[in-house]
Amino acid sequence: MDTILRIDVGAAGGPKATPTPVGDYAGLGGRGLTSAIVATEVPADAHPLGPENKLVIAPGLLSGTAASMSGRISVGCKSPLTGGIKEANAGGQAGQLLARLGYAAIVLEGARQGDDLYVVRISKDGVTITADPSVRRATNYQLMDKFLGEYDKTGAMIAIGTAGEMGYGNSTVSITDMEGRPTRHAGRGGVGAVMGSKGIKAILIDAKGAKSRKPADPEAFKAASKAWVEGLEKHPVTGEGLPAYGTNVLTNVINEAGGLPTRNFATGQFEGASKISGETQAELEVARGGSATHGCHRGCIIQCSGTFVNKDGRYVTKQPEYETVWAHGANCGIDDLDVIAELDRLDDDYGLDTIEMGATIAVAMEAGVAKFGDGQAAIELVREVGKGTPLGRILGSGTATTARVYGIEHAPCVKGQAMPAYDPRAVKGIGVTYATSPMGADHTAGYAVATNILKVGGDVDPLKAEGQAELSKNLQIATAAVDATGMCLFIAFAVLDQPDTFQALVDLLNAYYGWNLDAAGVAAYGSKILAFERDFNQRAGFTSADDRLPRYFKREPLAPHNVTFDVSDAELDSVFG
Amino acid sequence: MTITVKCFASLAPLQPKNAGAFPIAPGETVARVMERLRVPEGGASLIFVNNVHRQPDTVLRDGDTVGFFPPLGGG
Ligand code: SF4
Repeated sequence: MDTILRIDVGAAGGPKATPTPVGDYAGLGGRGLTSAIVATEVPADAHPLGPENKLVIAPGLLSGTAASMSGRISVGCKSPLTGGIKEANAGGQAGQLLARLGYAAIVLEGARQGDDLYVVRISKDGVTITADPSVRRATNYQLMDKFLGEYDKTGAMIAIGTAGEMGYGNSTVSITDMEGRPTRHAGRGGVGAVMGSKGIKAILIDAKGAKSRKPADPEAFKAASKAWVEGLEKHPVTGEGLPAYGTNVLTNVINEAGGLPTRNFATGQFEGASKISGETQAELEVARGGSATHGCHRGCIIQCSGTFVNKDGRYVTKQPEYETVWAHGANCGIDDLDVIAELDRLDDDYGLDTIEMGATIAVAMEAGVAKFGDGQAAIELVREVGKGTPLGRILGSGTATTARVYGIEHAPCVKGQAMPAYDPRAVKGIGVTYATSPMGADHTAGYAVATNILKVGGDVDPLKAEGQAELSKNLQIATAAVDATGMCLFIAFAVLDQPDTFQALVDLLNAYYGWNLDAAGVAAYGSKILAFERDFNQRAGFTSADDRLPRYFKREPLAPHNVTFDVSDAELDSVFG
Repeated sequence: MTITVKCFASLAPLQPKNAGAFPIAPGETVARVMERLRVPEGGASLIFVNNVHRQPDTVLRDGDTVGFFPPLGGG
């Protein structure tokens, strides 16, 4: 991983790939590398879809090694949705394979010439880039049908669907899973549109002949690897809870805690929660011959995913995650898992972020475009987005834009990005993360839900303002560091509770790179990444006024606890103050 | 006096038949209810009483709703 592959899409005669040394970026991976490159090389006043923006795709520091859970990949740029810096994180096979081929990152840069769409092919033997008129307006599953034969055995595809091609603020970069399906997405912030603006439709990776990466100290790495796996297997969440029910086990928990945003964040409990819960979902999947335990990439031992099949036993989509089930379910008043699975499939196919899309439909429902609870109407709306009708283009521009177009105050967004599946009034720690993360409203940036609700890594009362700023700050720093390693964030449940498992992760890094990191060093590493991101956002015009929730969360109480968001502005400013 | 009992995820098989009107004695605690339901030691790491996280020594009142969850996570 000492090479950055730079693809100049403006080169004479078509995009040209040049391998360059990592140079000053050495020691950075994943989100650390994407944020460093964007903060250093992209002018903060660049238009997100203009020639000065760059799309950076980077596996993590431990991706491509034998360490379990290390296959995550980061996609970074200036976000078309937020106007700030963005790192969107995904699973799938591509992270491991790119790392094995020796790439620390792929950077798409320069000014697109003409409107041809290109397919990039990367293998041990080098890089080829060809214009391919047949991929125009292809969806992700259509791209899979076209290219699966090329990448199914030893490769992966990174691609954009129609959403990215049309430049939507809501558009993903898809990554194929172990079956070669485009089910894993760098979802948030419109990264797909930036790839589309560079005229690159798909990147096909073939890692045939590439070897697993070799650590500086193989013995120490092996020992750390063993402790790492043992730690994950012995923790009840990573060892049992997540494999059995997947992330959607949260529907019942968050509903019980009164923090499940329902009908565009109007109330904190959904009467149909049990019908769309992880328990019901797992039962349905198994009864129909799907699967409730499955990994998104080789080397994942937690396996929070699954396979959703219809009543005839035919594949529909991967097991919709909690965030998706919430966004298209409770938040739209929809209590039908088949409808939710269909929406998940459409989102993956067009390349849409499920959180943003669900939040947008809920706003449209509040505006009267469709009725809450009407699943068929929701499906039709997503089809409009995929087709690019005028209404579809409005919805594809995201939740904040849709609310503006329809004159709705209730846009549950921070920095233009929709809030995920936890109401910040009833889970105040996550509200602090939504407000202050450089990414816009993002639960993964500092998952205070763990401590507020799940009582992992401590216990802070979700309904009180006290202690939330400190909690969010520490989690945001730790998360930035984890996002640099290529490790799936779900390892945090074990790492937060078990000091020896945290140590195993540090040992993996030290053994691989010959470093001497300690806990303080990890925190400093995370802080450095956040500093890059905050600095970029400041130069892009963000101030403390952007580190706030929309006013109505302070004014309108949420049932059943009848709470408002009352973490003070001073406390919010203390997170990075 | 009765309460509503909800057992989630891997605890679901412990859900009593009379979950909607589960009788309790005056002064009965959450811990006692867990004993009666045969929730294994450490099996319920999350306990909600009327949507608020509570400890096993909480005394229950008529009409309360109690939810039990095993250790779990997601995101
Ligand atoms: S735990 Fe889930 S999201 Fe994480 S790597 Fe495994 S399957 Fe992917």
